[in-house]
Formats: sequence, C-alpha cells, structure tokens
Amino acid sequence: MEKLIEQFSFGLFFWQLLLFVALLFLLRKYAWKPILGAVEKREEGIKGALEAAEAAKKEMQNVTADSERLLKEARAERDVLLKEARDIKANIIAEAKEQAQVEGDKMIKQAQATIESEKKAAVADIKAQVANLSVEIAEKVIKQELSDKGKQEKLVEDMLGDIKLN
Amino acid sequence: MTIPNIVGAGLIVIGAGLGIGRIGGQAMEAIARQPEASGKIQTAMLIAAALIEGIGFAALFAA
Amino acid sequence: MRYSFFSKKLVAVIFLIAGFVSAQNHEGEEVETGAHDLKTQIKEYIDHHLLDSYDFNLYSYTTDQGEHKYIGFPLPVILWDNGLKVFSSSQFEHGEAVAEVDGNHYALYHNKIYKTDAEGTINFGGHHGDETHTEDAFGENLVVDDAHPTNEKPLDFSITKNVVFIMAVALLMFLVFRSMAKRYQKSTMPRGVGRFLEPLVLFVRDEIAIPNIGEHKYKRYMSYLLTVFFFVWVINLLGLTPLGVNVTNNIAVTFALAMITYLITTFTGNKNYWKHIFWMPGVPVPMKIILAPIELLGTFIKPFSLMIRLYANITAGHVVLMSIIGLMFIFKNWIGSPLSFLLAFALSLLELLVAALQAYIFTMLSALYFGMAVEEDHH
Repeated sequence: MEKLIEQFSFGLFFWQLLLFVALLFLLRKYAWKPILGAVEKREEGIKGALEAAEAAKKEMQNVTADSERLLKEARAERDVLLKEARDIKANIIAEAKEQAQVEGDKMIKQAQATIESEKKAAVADIKAQVANLSVEIAEKVIKQELSDKGKQEKLVEDMLGDIKLN
Repeated sequence: MTIPNIVGAGLIVIGAGLGIGRIGGQAMEAIARQPEASGKIQTAMLIAAALIEGIGFAALFAA
Repeated sequence: MRYSFFSKKLVAVIFLIAGFVSAQNHEGEEVETGAHDLKTQIKEYIDHHLLDSYDFNLYSYTTDQGEHKYIGFPLPVILWDNGLKVFSSSQFEHGEAVAEVDGNHYALYHNKIYKTDAEGTINFGGHHGDETHTEDAFGENLVVDDAHPTNEKPLDFSITKNVVFIMAVALLMFLVFRSMAKRYQKSTMPRGVGRFLEPLVLFVRDEIAIPNIGEHKYKRYMSYLLTVFFFVWVINLLGLTPLGVNVTNNIAVTFALAMITYLITTFTGNKNYWKHIFWMPGVPVPMKIILAPIELLGTFIKPFSLMIRLYANITAGHVVLMSIIGLMFIFKNWIGSPLSFLLAFALSLLELLVAALQAYIFTMLSALYFGMAVEEDHH
C-alpha cells in the first residue's frame, strides 16, 4: 500500500484526467453521437421496413379475405337469382296452364252453348220442317185419302205418333 | 517481504482462487442446466469474480 | 559427471514449471555469483520497466568502455516551483546529472524529481531516530533503500513517456472513430474500419449498457462507457507491444479513470440511490443507522476496487511475463530457455485476453454502478 502511494504521480494523474476528459467530450461530439445516431437510424429503418412488410402481409390477407367474401356473396346472390327465376318460371307455367284451362273451359262451354243453341235451332228447324212436312203430308194424305175417311184418320194418327217418338 | 507477508499473500491467493473457481464451476453448471440463459450467467459470473478479485488484490496490497 | 549435469537440467525444468523462484535456487554452483548478478539486473530492469520515465527510451545498452548508450528522445519536463519551469529531460542525462533552471537545481532520484543543490545532494530523513545522512544522487554507495528523501519535491506536470502514450492513444482513437463516424454520413452501413468497430460499439451498448443501466437511461452514459472501454483496451494492447509502455500499471492513471466513474455515479445518482445509502428502506431503524456508514464506505470502495483491479491485473501480467522472459537469460541452456520462451509466448496470448477482459470488466462495473445510481424505486 505504501509503495502504491509512493508511486502515485500527480503529474500523470493530472494529464490522464485532462486528456481523458478532453477525449471523452471530443469523441462524444464527433464520434459517438453520429455513430450511435446512424446505427439507431438504421435499426429504426430496419424495424420500420419489417413493420411495413408485416402490415403489407396483413393487408394482403385482408384483400384475399375480402375477395373470397365477395365471391361467396356473388355466389349466394346468383343462387338466389336462379331460384327466383325458377320460381317465376314455375309460376308462369302454372299461370299459363290455369289460364289455358280457364280459356279451354270457356271455349268448351261456349262450344257447348253453341252446340246447344244450334241443336235447339236445328230441332226447331226440324220441328218446323216436320210440321211443314206433316202439313204437306197431310195435304197429300188429305188429297189422297179424301175418299176413305177412316184411312185418312189412321194415317194422320200414325204420323203424329212417329213424330212424338222423335 | 517478510515470511508472514508471503504466507498471508499465499493464503489470499488460495482463498481468492477457490472462490473464483467455485463461481466458475457453478456458472458452468448453471449454463449446462439453462443454456438459453448463458449470457446472463456469464455476466453475473464475471461480476462476482471481479468483486472477489478486487478484494483479493486489496488484501494482497495490504499484506 | 555427465549424468549429474543432465539431472541438474531436469531439476531446473521441473522447478521452472513449479515456480521460477525455486528454479533459480537450483542453478549450478559455478554460475552462482553470475546468476545472482543477473537476477538483480533483471529485477532492476523489470522495476524500471514498470515505472514511468522522463524520456522516451526504446532501449539502452552499455558499451565495452562501460558507457551507457540510450536510444530514444528526451521529453519536456514541466515543474511548478514558484513559477513554471520547463526544460528538456535531456538535462538529467538519464539521472546522471543535475538539471539547472533559473538558478534552481533538480535531480532525479528513484525516478522522481527532487529539488537539490548544485551538487545534487539528496538528504534522507532516517527512519531510526534523528540520524540523518546525505548521499550522492547518483548513488554510488546507495545502501538505505527504504529511506525517504527529505528534499523538497516540486509539483511535477512533466510530459512523461506515459503521458506521450496517453496522448498518442487519444489522438489515434479520435482519428479512427471520427473517420468511422464520417463514413456513416454517406451510408448507414459501416465501411472500412467501422466493420470491425461497429460490433464492438454495439457490444458495449447491448451487452454492457442496456442490461445494467436500463433501456431508458443508458444513452446518457454511452459516451463515457465507449470511451473508457476503447481507451483501456487500446492502451492495454499497446502495453503489450515491444514498445512496452504500459500506462495502466500506473496507479495514477487507474485512479483518474475510477475517479471519473465515481464522480459520474455520484452526480447522476437519483433520490432513490441516496435513500438506499443513508436510510435503507425495509430494515429496522437501528440497522439503518448501522448500514448508512457501511453503504457510504461502499460507494468509495467500488471505484477503489476498479482502480486496484485494473492496476494489479496489468502489473501482475507484466511482472510475470518479464520474469519469464528474464528466466531465458538465467537458464542459458537448451531446455530451459526454449521452455521459457514458449511459456512467455503462451502468457502473452493470455495477456491479450486480459487486456480485453479488463477493459470489459472496468466498463461493465462502471455501467453497473451507474445502473445502481439511476435505479427507480420498486418497493
């Protein structure tokens, strides 16, 4: 210990302190600050780039998810549309069928009515003709059978009976 | 240097050596057990060894 | 005869491994006196190597005429002795002459400057009683080794060999790191020397500063930590070069560094830090009173251990290394010398590691102390 104290040189201590402190301040201004600043800036840059890449990746994922969702929606919409179209088709067909039925029925009815009226007209016509005929026949018979009264009456009765049968 | 001084210095060296050896050995064991913490263990080991060494040197100069 | 010669060698080798002190005692009797002289010479040389010097000597030798020759150059001596006195260290003629400035005389004794008279007389205050004796400063008959000269010592601000080296390292560091910083203006990637230094800077930041001080507060201390790390490392490494100027084995240098750490710790310490020193929370009041002086002493012991650790590690490394190199000249045989050489080589490699390790430990512990000073209350 004594040797250490004896060896202590104040001059060397003074110079070491002076030079070291000077070196410390010079290096701080001209070396450490720029170096550490540049290193930090670089690290920040790398960190920023990494973060940006991460964000881009996330964005990409989002975009993919979005497009998938859109696709799904479109598909669903298409399905809905198709279903609607099918329904409409079925409706139209059903309606058309119904209408046709109704129309058909109407036509048939009309036709039946026509037929009926025609029939009636025809029957009336026939009746008229039969009447005419009967009258003519009666005239003829009358003309013919005027001689025989019994025969005349019988003939008229037969003829009338025939007509009734009709 | 007188004889007691030399003996004292020897004792100091033995003590410090044993202490630092023990620290080193334990640190090795710890690293083997937890290799992932080797950096921290090394730092702690060096600090502990340095402290013992400092005491050892102080005692040596006193001797 | 031949057998005994060989066995002697074997004994020497065994003792070299066991410890060089024992080995020296087993040197052959025929070289006993010679080896003893050499031993003292080597010891003196090591002592001299560890000390600071007033001139920058690369090496010295003695000519056949017994004349000392020095290769190197003198450095300015700056003294404060009732006014500034500046003169060249060549006036001392390597401790063999008295320097005279403005009618004052100064002489070197044991590598320190003392004020003397024109003949360079050094007075000794004896340890034993009142007996004082004078001696020639150039010490032909120097016997009393642990006596202290009573001559006046002027305040010494000389640019010594170590100061020159500190300046050189400071300049080197400034130029290198300035050029490194300039490169970053052009691109954010390190270029040239920065490729090697940037990982080290990041190491100090990520492994030393952030874990010990904390994510939010480390920036304030980065300049000091980086400067002290590189300064200690570079100056330790340069101490291992053949120039052999080991600055950090001066207690004054490590004291200055530790003092800066202490001052930074003290002046940046927050309320919590001082509370833990003077009024330790969480312990009973009597314990608080006992702990306060211990903790206060601890704040001084911390930088003190920093100072001693760096100094002792570097000094011990150099002493052992130089002793082993010195063994080569003591052994002078074909087994001992190469073995010493190999041992010295291995030790040099170890010293390279120690140079970096001590810089790391110094920075690390400084960061730890700063971390303690700014730690937030978490009770």
